[in-house]
This record gives sequence, C-alpha cells and structure tokens, in this order.
Amino acid sequence: MNNTNYTISIYTENNVGLLNRISAIFLKRHININSITCSESEISNVYRFIIVVNVNDLQILKLVRQIEKQIEVIAAFFHTDDETIFLETALYKVKSKSLFEERQIQNIIKESRANMVTVKPDFFVIEKTGWRDETEDLYQKLKPYGLLQFVRSGRISVSKKSMEISKFLK
Amino acid sequence: MKNISGAEAVIRSLISEGVDVLFGYPGGAIMPVYDELYKFEKEINHILVRHEQGATHAAQGYARSSGKVGVAIATSGPGATNLVTGIADAQIDSTPMVCITGQVATYLLGSDAFQETDIIGISTPVTKWNYQITKASEIAEIFAKAFFIAKSGRPGPVLIDITKDAQFEMVDNFKYKKCNKVRSYISIPETDSKSISDAAALINKSKKPFIVWGQGVILGNAEKEFTEFIDKSGIPSAWTILGLSAIPTDHPLNVGMLGMHGNYGPNKLTNECDLLIAIGMRFDDRVTGDLKTYARQAKIIHFEIDPAEINKNVKVDVPVLGDVKKTLKKILPKIIKKNHSSWIEKFRELNKIEFKKVIDTEYNKTSGGLSMAEVIKSINQNTNGESILVTDVGQHQMVACRYTKFNKSKSNITSGGLGTMGFALPAALGAKIGDQKREVIAVIGDGGFQMTIQELGTIFQTKAAVKIIILNNNFLGMVRQWQQLFFEKRYASTEMINPDFVAIAKGYFIESSKVSIRENLNKEIIKMLNHDGPYLLEVIIEKEENVFPMIPTGSSVADIRLE
Repeated sequence: MNNTNYTISIYTENNVGLLNRISAIFLKRHININSITCSESEISNVYRFIIVVNVNDLQILKLVRQIEKQIEVIAAFFHTDDETIFLETALYKVKSKSLFEERQIQNIIKESRANMVTVKPDFFVIEKTGWRDETEDLYQKLKPYGLLQFVRSGRISVSKKSMEISKFLK
Repeated sequence: MKNISGAEAVIRSLISEGVDVLFGYPGGAIMPVYDELYKFEKEINHILVRHEQGATHAAQGYARSSGKVGVAIATSGPGATNLVTGIADAQIDSTPMVCITGQVATYLLGSDAFQETDIIGISTPVTKWNYQITKASEIAEIFAKAFFIAKSGRPGPVLIDITKDAQFEMVDNFKYKKCNKVRSYISIPETDSKSISDAAALINKSKKPFIVWGQGVILGNAEKEFTEFIDKSGIPSAWTILGLSAIPTDHPLNVGMLGMHGNYGPNKLTNECDLLIAIGMRFDDRVTGDLKTYARQAKIIHFEIDPAEINKNVKVDVPVLGDVKKTLKKILPKIIKKNHSSWIEKFRELNKIEFKKVIDTEYNKTSGGLSMAEVIKSINQNTNGESILVTDVGQHQMVACRYTKFNKSKSNITSGGLGTMGFALPAALGAKIGDQKREVIAVIGDGGFQMTIQELGTIFQTKAAVKIIILNNNFLGMVRQWQQLFFEKRYASTEMINPDFVAIAKGYFIESSKVSIRENLNKEIIKMLNHDGPYLLEVIIEKEENVFPMIPTGSSVADIRLE
C-alpha cells in the first residue's frame, strides 16, 4: 500500500492537554508527524490543528476516526495535497557582510520573491512563504553564503471544499 | 449552597450522581476529601483497599455487576500511578469508571514536589477523558461531565485530578446540575435507516448467517432485544468472552464461545457462513485470528456504537451505527422469521467432535489429577447458573469461561482485552458490593492471585462474602502451555513455589480449606457455598494441563486445534 501526504484538520475545544491526547494517537501507532500547527480557527475559541502525515489510505481513515473519537475534538477531516491550498513560511538569517560582499545574494533574493524582514548592521532576515520546494530552493541557494539561522513553519492549509463544523456546535 | 469547601463539593457531586460506594486509599494530596468522607460516612461507604490497583479493579467489578459507574479514589504520585493498570483495563473493556486523584497544590505543579506526578499526561492514552481541576468552582461542572462521559455511548474510564488547594478552596454557590450533553462529543451516532434495511435484506436472503456478539449487548441493556432478534431470525449465535451471559448458556441458538480458546463449531464455521452479523463486538485479534483469512467468504454486518470500530480490523459491508438496543428493535420487524436448523446442526456436529476430544475427557474426568473443568462442573452443579463468575487471566480463565453455565446477564466479569493478572480478587470484591444479593465466585490461578493477594485484607475488613477458588497448578499455566507448544518445553520462569494459601487466608481470618482429591471436591465446593461470609478454597489441579481447542497466534480460525 502506498503512502501519501495527508493534511489532517482538527477542530477542537481550547483545553489544556488536548495536544498530548491527539499526539498520543500517532505515538500509539508508531506514526511520525511531519508537521503540526495549531491556532484559533474562524470560530471564536475553537482551535484548529493542522497535522501532516505520510501514511496509507487505510491508516488515515483509522487515525482520523480515533482523533474524532476524543471527547474535546469537535470534528476532524483529512485531505490530500490536491484538495487543499497550503503554504509554509520560512525565515533565513544571514550575515549582513555577505549581502554587501556577495552580489549574487541580492539576485537570489530578488528572483525568489522573498521579503526582506529586517536589516541590522550584523545580520539581515528574509522571509519566504510558499510551497516546500520553494522555501527549500531558497535554502539551498543561500546555504553556501553561510546561514546563521534557518527555520520553517509547519504547514498551514485551507481545504478547497468546505468543512462543515457548525452542525457539531449546536 | 453557600461556602462549602472544594472537598465537600466533591462529595456532594458524588452524592448527586447517586454514588454510595467508593474504592480508595488515602494520602497527603487527597486528605481534604477524605476528611469530608469522614463527615459523610452515612451517605458514602468508602472501602479501603490495600493497594490502589485493587481500587480500580474493585470499581470495575462493581460497575460490571451493577451496571453503574464505579468510582476509585487515590492520592497523588504513587497513588495515582497505581491506578493506571485498572484504568487501561477499563478502557479496553469499555467499563464505566471515574477515578479521582489528589494532586499537589497548584503553585507546586511542575516543581517536582513531593508525590507530584503528571497523572493527566500518564493517563491520557488510557482514559476516555481526563481533566485537572485547579479551582473549586470547576468541581460541579467537571464531575457532572465526567459521569456523563464515563457512562454514555461506549463507556470508559475518566480521571479527574484535583489539586490540594482546590480541595481547600471555598465555593460560594455550589449547584450541581447533571450533564447530558457535551457539544464536542457525540455519545451515540445517528442510525442511517438505509443501513437497517440493507442489513435486513442481507439477513433475509442469507442461507448460512452467523451472529457473533460481544459486551455491547450487555452494556447497551439490549439482552431482551437481542434475544428477540435471534429467536425470530433463527440464526446460530456465538459469544465473545465479554459477551458471555448476555443470554442463558442453554439458549438453543447459542452455539458457544468464539476466540483463541473458544468452541470448535463457531470458530470453524466463521469461515463457512455466508453472512457474519457482528453485534456489539470489536473483532479483537483473539477472536479473529489471522485477519487475511477471517470470514473472507462472507458478507459482514456490524452493529456498533463506536464509529472508530467500523472497518478497524475487518472490512464490513453494512455498518449499522447506533445504540444496539434501538437498532435491534428497528430491524426486528424487517426480519423474516426463519429456522436454520440444518445449518445449526453443523455447529452441533462440530461441537460434538469437541465434546468427544476435549470436553468429555476434562469435564467428566474420573482418574488422575483434578482438572480445572471438573471444578467448574462442581460449581455449575451447585449454583445452577445463578452466580456471578469473576476470573483472572490465564488457563483457569479460559476453562471457567468455556464451562460455566449462565442464566442471568452481567454474570461474567473478567479482564478480556488487557488480560490483567491480579484482576479477579479485587474485581470479585467490587462485584459483590455492586450486587449483594448474588453469589460471587472468583476463580483465580495461583499466579494471578499473588498479584493482588493483599486484597484479602479488604475482603476480611468489609466481610464481603466472596467465594474464592484458587486453581493451583504451581505454574503460570498459560505461559507454560505456550512454552510446551511453541518453545520446545523450555519452561523459563513459569514454575512457582507457592506459599500455603490456606494459611494465608487464615491469617486474614478468612475461612479456608484445600482439596486435591476428586472424591472431596464437590463436598468442599458445597461447604464453601454454604459458608456465611468470605471463603477461600484452594484446589490442587493437574500440574501440566493444556487448554484446548486453541487457535495458535496468527493462524486462521478455521485451523483451530483440538489437541
């Protein structure tokens, strides 16, 4: 059975310990989480987890059912990459010296359509939002010039089709 | 109610839920609650166990004999961690239980304070829900929610951790309101009426239908609806170990027990039926054997309350979600009355083979050492299927479950899913307290008995009239059996040199005797049953007896072995 990237969207109550309860479901089945984010959703005080895993089509069904079974989970959905609009954000911290000494860097930033977030005397930070291969491409290009720090967020996504959760909140 | 402490709010919450018995053990972080228990001793009977694990198993036994929520209470740290085995057991066997643990004061959380442990973190994967209370004002709402969650839908254990400061804190306006809804929780899924008609259509056209049912029938109080359903449809039916006693053993459509040590007929014919109807069961691996060869020829219908169980282990054709009491009622008028006598006869024929090869030799044994089955036979002869059987885990459990005759529901209490040795003694105590009118007989192996042997103290103190039978073969018998069959008789650490169990019972002032001779067995059983109060009977049984039939791990149900 082939593994696929699935984006799991989980709408939950805002309670201490819920992250632990959700992650335990993956732990119990020895499944690694590729990325996880959580923020307040479009409904006030309802939180939304977005978890990316690489599993097969049977595993994803069972995982999502187990997640949905948790008392404080309002609803859980899963989508393939084709069914979602998704992005990640990356930050790159580079020595300011290299910005002036290596002309090429400026071209790289321009071509990648990254944004300059801040410029300080000793370092500057650029931000790039996009798909994984775009942030990765910029990472590979900047790497030779000495990245001081690099960080990439977990995936955030919205589904193309609607996810009806209001019926659960009656 | 004005100005009561959090601890009093805890007790008043329990009383509001109809709790009149607690199984527990005091300690520092739960002392304010115990102080209130002292004041409320007329309303709530606290049973002091000898180890917190015993409290959970007793609460489980209580829940399963009474149908109510069992409540266990312990202090923080080791008190809380000692509950974990029982919580895990209740989770996998869907037993409604509320556990209350004390916790260090809020300002100490995370400081590695004395007897601090993260019981919320530890219990998360084995609870249906858990919550840490840090303010007295939360108590009423959280307790109401806890009891609702524990008993509704597919039942399970809930843990409430209460910081010590929340127990001391005063509440101004304590008001308890029972909970019947949690917005993020669907206790009973909606039943699709199409699933009922699809299932009925499959049942009506099936030539060789077969029902496999589990504890869902008992938990759903659906014994009557289930009996009507099988009586009308005329379908041969087999129980899982937790489904035992939902209908009388002698019901003409009951064809026996499923699973690794179940009966020959139902296991073998699982792979010959054309329609498998699963009711309130979850296709545990001990029931299905190798999934790749399990009932592949059959269409499958699954009556189930928990949507996460649908297609979890076995792919089903028609899932019927909902409360089985209601779904069986809905399907009944759509079922054509039938009589599958020639198909049922196949079960009987196979079970006759089992009788000849296995049952007759051990149940009706006349020479050599005592068999486990003979002991159960004697119990059957003297209790007429009216008593509650509590078993531990291992060979004795399989034998007792295979042979015990049941006439009433809620008569079989065992650790099915988790297989917790040490379960029986405290569970029997809880079962007796949950249903005082009934005889409770605990059948326990010599290994498991020693895992929670200290609860003899609780039985003595409470004078709970539990009858305890130790089937002593001086071996961890089931492991030894596997060593014999699959590890070339390398009996690594399975032989036990045991203490004098009779002397130990006497040390606890519990009447006790020992029997090893066939002629005396029945007499001793009668003496035990007639004794007014708890009694321990040690039976010395054949040292190396094996439990058959057996489906070796990973084998097909059709490859069940008789020897």
